Amino acid sequence: MDRLKSLHTVMLNSERCKGCVTCMKRCPTQAIRVRNGKASVIYDKCIGCGECVRLCPHQAKIASYDKFEVINDFKYKIALPAPSLYGQFNNLKDVNYVLTGLKRLGFDEVFEVGRGAELCSHATQVLLNKEVIKKPVISTACPAVLELVYAKYKNLKDNLLKLLAPVDVAAKLAREGAIEKGIPEEDIGVFFISPCPAKVFALKAGIGVKKPLVDGVLAISEVYMKLLPEMKKIEEPEKLSKMGVLGLNWAASSGEAIGAGRPKYLAADGIENVIDILNSIEDGSLSDVDFIELNACISGCVGGVLNVENPFVARARLRGLRSKFPQTANTLTDVGKSFDYYKWEEEPDYTSKSKPVEDRQQVFNKMLEIQNLYSTLPQSDCGLCGAPSCRAFCEDIVNGKIPKDSKCLMLDR
Amino acid sequence: MEKIHLEFDVDGRNFVSAGTATAKVKACLKEMGINPDDVKRVAIAMYEGEINMVIHANGGKALVDIYVDKVVVKLIDTGKGIADINLAMKPGYSTASDDIRQLGFGAGMGLPNMKKHSDECIVESEVGKGTTVTLITNLH
Ligand SMILES: Nc1ncnc2c1ncn2[C@@H]1O[C@H](COP(=O)(O)OP(=O)(O)OP(=O)(O)O)[C@@H](O)[C@H]1O
Ligand code: SF4
Ligand code: SF4
Ligand SMILES: [Mg+2]
Repeated sequence: MDRLKSLHTVMLNSERCKGCVTCMKRCPTQAIRVRNGKASVIYDKCIGCGECVRLCPHQAKIASYDKFEVINDFKYKIALPAPSLYGQFNNLKDVNYVLTGLKRLGFDEVFEVGRGAELCSHATQVLLNKEVIKKPVISTACPAVLELVYAKYKNLKDNLLKLLAPVDVAAKLAREGAIEKGIPEEDIGVFFISPCPAKVFALKAGIGVKKPLVDGVLAISEVYMKLLPEMKKIEEPEKLSKMGVLGLNWAASSGEAIGAGRPKYLAADGIENVIDILNSIEDGSLSDVDFIELNACISGCVGGVLNVENPFVARARLRGLRSKFPQTANTLTDVGKSFDYYKWEEEPDYTSKSKPVEDRQQVFNKMLEIQNLYSTLPQSDCGLCGAPSCRAFCEDIVNGKIPKDSKCLMLDR
Repeated sequence: MEKIHLEFDVDGRNFVSAGTATAKVKACLKEMGINPDDVKRVAIAMYEGEINMVIHANGGKALVDIYVDKVVVKLIDTGKGIADINLAMKPGYSTASDDIRQLGFGAGMGLPNMKKHSDECIVESEVGKGTTVTLITNLH
C-alpha cells in the first residue's frame, strides 16, 4: 500500500532533542534509535501510540496532523469531533456550545463521532450474538493496538473484531448525507478532530477501508485553541448534538466494552498493560473472557497525546456530562444500512511496512548471527550505542541498518 | 548441526517466581520470530518441568538449544530423583505434600502434559542423584 510510505506519525524538533534516550528506551516496539545525539524514528516499526510524544522531557517529539487551514480546500466542510473533545472544556454546560463553535469556525456541518460509536456498539452486539469469532474478541478501535497485533501478535488476528471504527462509520454517513442534500461530491470535505497520531495515520492510510474516508485529520489541541474564544461569544447554541451516553462513553477506557453488552469483559489501557494482556491472550489464560477492549493510552482516548486536558480530569468531566444525554440516540434500524456497512471493507494492510519474507533457513541464520553477536555483549541494555537494547543493536548490524563494525561503547571503554 | 544455545537458572526456593525461566525462554523464542503456536507448545511443556524442579527438586538449570527445525529443552536438577519413572508418568500420580497441594500443584498432571505438548519427552533419573527431562518440539 503506497499511501503508507509517506505518512509519518511523529516528527522531531531537532533543536530541542537532547538525545537523552528516554523515548528510545520506552518505545513499545523499539522503533527509535539515537544517532549523532538525535532521536530518529524507524517508521516501519512505529505504531503511532504517541508514547514518545508523551514522555519526551524536552517536548522534542511532535505528533503529525493537518493544519486547520486544510478545511479551506473544500466548499462544504464537515467536522467529525471525537467524543474526547467534550472532556477538554471546564464548566461546559452543554456540548452544543462546542458544536456551534465548530460551525462558527467555518464548518458547514458537524457529525459527532459518538454517533458512529453508538452504531459500532450495536453492530458489535449483533456480531457477538450471531457470528462465530474466536473468543476472546479483541477490539480494533485503537489503531495503535490494531497495528501492534498485526506486527507482533499475528496469531491473534482471528480474535479481532472486524468492524470499522466509529470515525469511519461517522465519515461515511456524514458524506452520504451531504450528497443526499444535493451538495456536489467534489465540494465535500470531511475532517476528523483527533485525539492522537495513531488515528491520524490510520485515517490517512485508510486502514480497513478501500480508500481513505476523510479529507484531513485535525488535532483536538489546535481546534480547542480556536474554539475557546469562539464559544465565549455564543449566546444561544444551536441544538446540534445527536448522540447518547453509549457514544460518549467511548472516549474513555471500558466504554466500548460496556457497549458490547457482554458481562464477561476486560478493558485495559496504557500500552504496557495492553502488551501484558496480549501476552496473556496468547498464553490462553484469558479464554473465559468474551470481549477485550484495549487502548494504547492511559484512560483510553481521553489520554491521547493530541488532547489538552489531563485524562483523569477529562474523564471526570465526561461523567458529569452524561446526565445531559439520552442513553442511545442512534440505532441500526434508524440508519437502515445492511450489516456489511459496518464491516471492514478489506483486511488492514501494512504491507509497505513489512519486511520481505525469508525462508526458514535464512531466518535461522540471522537468528544465529544475532545470538552469536549478542553473546559477546554486556547485555546491560544501557542504550549508549543508540539502540534500545543489546539485542536491537545486534539486529541492526545483522540487518545491515548500521555498519558491521559498529561498536558497543561499554566494551570499548 | 548449527544451533543457538541459551541457559537459565531455576531457583529452587521460590514458589512465587516459579516459571520465570519459561517466561524468559518464551520471550526469546518470540523475539527470534519463531511461530507463536510452537512457542506456546515449548512454553507449556517447559513450564510444567520448571515447576517440578521447584517443588520436587531444589531447582536446577534449563538448557535450551534452538535448531532450524526444532527446539530442545533440557531441564537438569540434582534433586531426590524419581524411583519409578513409568509410575510418575501416569496421569494423577503425585507425591506432592498437602502443603504443596494447597498451592494448587500436585494433580499429577505435569509429566503427562509435558508428553502431550512436546514431540518427544525423555525422563532420565537416578534416586539420590537427580533428574533430567528432555523436551523436543519440532518447529512448523
Ligand atoms: N524433577 C523431579 N524430581 C523429583 N521428582 C519428580 C520430579 N518431577 C516429577 N517428579 C515426581 O513425579 C511425580 C509426578 O509428577 P507430575 O509433574 O506429573 O505431577 P505433580 O508435579 O505431582 O503434580 P502437578 O504437576 O499436576 O502439579 C511427582 O509427584 C514427583 O513425585
Ligand atoms: S526523549 Fe527522545 S526526542 Fe526527547 S530529548 Fe530525549 S532522545 Fe530527544
Ligand atoms: S487509545 Fe485512543 S487516543 Fe490513544 S492511540 Fe488509541 S485510539 Fe488514539
Ligand atoms: Mg508437576
